[in-house]
Amino acid sequence: MSVSQRPLSPHLQVYSWHLTMALSILHRMTGVFLSFGAVALVIVLASMASGSNAYSFAHDALTHPIGLLFLFAWTFALYFHMANGVRHLVWDAGLGLGKKVASSSGWYVLAFAVLATLASWLPMAIGAVS
Amino acid sequence: MRLRTPLSNAKGLGSAGEGAHHWWMQRLSSLALLPLTLWLAISIVLFPEMDYVSAVAWMQTPVAAIGMSLLVISLFYHVQLGLQVIIEDYVGGALKIASLIALNFTCIIMVFIGLYSIIKVSF
Repeated sequence: MSVSQRPLSPHLQVYSWHLTMALSILHRMTGVFLSFGAVALVIVLASMASGSNAYSFAHDALTHPIGLLFLFAWTFALYFHMANGVRHLVWDAGLGLGKKVASSSGWYVLAFAVLATLASWLPMAIGAVS
Repeated sequence: MRLRTPLSNAKGLGSAGEGAHHWWMQRLSSLALLPLTLWLAISIVLFPEMDYVSAVAWMQTPVAAIGMSLLVISLFYHVQLGLQVIIEDYVGGALKIASLIALNFTCIIMVFIGLYSIIKVSF
């Protein structure tokens, strides 16, 4: 393919960052990241079917600090992608598409994702301390 | 001026011949995943023990076995639909076809491994 010398249309870098576009990109990124989590879920299921040795290998991997880091990131990605997905469903219904509403719903989505992630890890954090 | 034939207009399937099927299936699978992933997250958070015996005992309950099966199916359907769009956006040429084939095969294989494992553990 020959390189065209014609001017390009304005691309991402000419726009100032807004919450809505950041969340849109984050939705895709968390989607890709969660796909790997889905594969990890199947690996855990397969390890259960393969017996206690395979299961404890998977269990040890996920409770290793790096494994826990992944689980924590997957938790946040899941809650974000879930809440932002609901935001998309509301948009599909033709609601909440205004500039101000779309921004504030974005902040609600982020707040939910952070709070739900912390709430999910609270029992484990309490267990680790006590 | 309308360029579409009355028949294609009535079918409403657009130039790709499949209409909003992909879009609609993505929404439907997301709707199914909403309760299923919440259920899994809550189950894991509230699950007191993660050792092999407790995990197997949990998986042998009908709710866990059926819920996990539904989750695996709708999850990989959603993954397939979502990653397909991303590949179509960013990958071109022969690599695009190869990636799409790999994606479809991987998702189907994952569903079968998941379902086989759930059934094997629960019986």
